This record gives sequence, C-alpha cells and structure tokens, in this order.
Amino acid sequence: MNMPTSSPHEPVIAINGLSRRFKSKLALETVSLAVERGQVFGLVGANGAGKTTLIKHVLGLLKAESGFVRVFGRDPVAEPVAVLSRVGFLSEDRDLPGWMRVDELIRYTRAFHRAWDSAYAERLREQFQLDPAARIKQLSRGELAKAGLLVALAHRPELLVLDEPSSGLDPVVRREMLEAIVRTVADEGRTVFFSSHLLDEIERVSDRVAMMAKGRVVLQGRLDEILESHFRLTLRFPTPPPAQPKLAGALHLTGGGLEWTALCNGARGELEAAAAVLGARIVEDTPASLDEIFLARMGGERSISDQLQPKVK
Amino acid sequence: MLLHISPKDGVPIYRQIVNQAKYLVGSGRLVPGEELPPIRVLAEQLVVNPNTVARAYAELEHAGVVTKRHGSGTYVSDNGSPLKRGEKLKILAQRADGLVAEAQHLEIDLSELLELIRERHRAMQSKE
Repeated sequence: MNMPTSSPHEPVIAINGLSRRFKSKLALETVSLAVERGQVFGLVGANGAGKTTLIKHVLGLLKAESGFVRVFGRDPVAEPVAVLSRVGFLSEDRDLPGWMRVDELIRYTRAFHRAWDSAYAERLREQFQLDPAARIKQLSRGELAKAGLLVALAHRPELLVLDEPSSGLDPVVRREMLEAIVRTVADEGRTVFFSSHLLDEIERVSDRVAMMAKGRVVLQGRLDEILESHFRLTLRFPTPPPAQPKLAGALHLTGGGLEWTALCNGARGELEAAAAVLGARIVEDTPASLDEIFLARMGGERSISDQLQPKVK
Repeated sequence: MLLHISPKDGVPIYRQIVNQAKYLVGSGRLVPGEELPPIRVLAEQLVVNPNTVARAYAELEHAGVVTKRHGSGTYVSDNGSPLKRGEKLKILAQRADGLVAEAQHLEIDLSELLELIRERHRAMQSKE
C-alpha cells in the first residue's frame, strides 16, 4: 500500500493567505483553509465565486501569487508528480479525449498510475453501466461524468478532488455520483475536497464547508456547528416600525409590517434582550437552512431588494 | 430502519438521524436487542457522509438508546433508553399540540375533545 509520507495530523490540504488576480479582477483574496485527513470538505459558492480557481491551485495548475498551498505537505507546483499521484481529480468540464473508447480511456489512464487497481476499475465500470466499446464523444452527460469519476477513483487516491461533480446531471445520476463519493469515504477513510453550487449535496456529504463569494471565504467551519449556531427569530411588533428595525447581533433581517425575521448567529439571551429593547416579541425560533445562512453571509444583497419590496403576508 | 433525511430544513443530518432513531425506539418500531444497520450501510442508503452516521450513533449510545457490542454492531439497548418515557411523552406532546390547536380552531372544547379520545380508545379496544 502507498503509505502517506506526511504525518497523519498534518492537513491533507493547507492553504494560507492565497490571493490571485486575473488582470484587474481579484479572483481569490487571502483564502485560508485546512482539509484534514478523512474529511469531506465542501466548497460552496455561486458561479464565479472562485471555487475552480482555488481547486486549480490545489492541483498545481496555477501558481500561488501570494500566500501558499500545500498538499500532503508539499507544493503541488514544485512537486507535481509526488502530489498528483496521490490525487484523483474530476474536472467540471470532464475534459476526456472524445475519440477514445471507454476501455481505451481506462487503459490510457492506467498507464499513468502505478497504484491502478484494474479489478476496482472494472467493478466501477459495471456499476456505472458504461459500455467499454462506447466512444467518449458519444456518451451522455451522465455517462461522461461517471467515466470521469471512474478514472479519478481507480488508482485509489488518498485525496479525491471534484469540481462541481454533479453539475448538469439529472437526479438519478447525481445520486449515483454522491453514492460513489460516500462509498469512497466509507471504504478507506479517504479525503474528499469538492465544490458545488448545490447546497443539498454539500449538506448531505460534507463534514466541513467553506462558503465563497467574490473570491473570499465568507464562512467556514464544521457543517453541523454552522447549522446549530445559526437560527431564525421572528419578531412581532405592536405597531409597524417606521424603517427596517436594527437588531443587534442579527446578520440579516427580512420582513415588513408587524413581523420581521432575523437570521442570527449569537447568544439567544442577548438577542432576546435586544428584541425587548425594540419592543418586539419573539413569536418563532426556528433552525436556519444552509441556503439562508449563505445568503445572509453573502452580505445581504437580498435584504436591499426586500427593503424595496416588503413581503406581503 | 427507515429514516428520511431532508437537508434543507436546517437541522444537522446527524441530529435528524438521532431524533428519528429515538422516535422509532420510543414508538416501538425498533425493539430492544434489534440491530441497527452498520454505519457504512446506512450512509450509503441515506447518501450521507459516514462520519455523520458515526456521530449520530455515538450520540445515541451516549443517550443510552443503543449499545455498541464489541466487534459486532450497534443494538437497541435492552432496558430501552433511560429517556424512553420522556421521549415518548415528547412525541405525544407534539401530536397533542396539533390536536388541541385543531380543536380550538373548530371550536370544540377540551372536555369534548377528551371525551372523543376516550371514545376512540374504546372503539380501538373493542376491535382487538
């Protein structure tokens, strides 16, 4: 077995103060994160938030302008072979050679990996129902994604990097892809670093998440801790406040008229006291979904439109 | 063990598993001594991270709902959970809240509602 050369306590991916500029556009701004061994780390953000640029740095396809990137304790740009031999990667555009047949793709990829497991590759091919004689360019989107995942998995990499693995796929194939990821983690405690704009799948499979917006990480942490530390309080006022009320400790406020809902991340007691100061009563206290937390952390662009058009109840 | 995970409602998935497993034990759908699915089997079935299932099982063990037997698996505790009665009442309290609210809405007063419950209880027992 290929034993990890780095210490088990060292993060599999360590990124510190990474910034990247494309011409005048700041694509990444002082991004720092650590992915521990055995963890599924979900990178969430809208298109253009910088997820793919970040992934390219992890793979050594882009060189850090400032800050640093270490994978298994090594610089992926300086030591691409040492790093990439331990990584399986599925790119968003699944750039596979269209003229090859599925069996040729498998043989071709095998040549790059000493650790290739032919029996496992064959098992995955059967599981994914891929015809060995089919041409890559004639595969459906779903089959293409599964072929890409097969060649990313069959050398049993310690780290699996997936860029939007289920982008553009129907729910059935999406589920198959997620099942394969879950199985990968369950089997041998592999580490997975994946990006998605689908909060549902991020929430299903991640231990830890980082939310990205405009090149910055706006929030990161253990997924369950993020969910448990954010909540929604609905306040009811005796008379409609003249303007959007300001609740100390609330990240984001929506509503109108007598009822306003605040997305909060703080001590409940302090928020209750702050509500009492405003003369409002808390009529509901509910969990906040990842989607709501994300929007609130994105800087409240929605709150502006909500202010212009108060929700009618 | 039939569980339904809904990622969108803001409750962490490990907590959803814990709550539903407690419900199944409390309502008698899982009986003492019954084996829970192995972590990886449940993870694949629910399509969730196996670490999440492991955390849920650890919480259930901590709460006394299940017991891990060395090298074999996870089983519903023999004595049931110490929380069992409390959990049962909690489940019923949720149902009762709905029933009381519905009765108020329909302008049925409490004594009529209680009488209805007794009547339904009698009807059920006569069927058995």
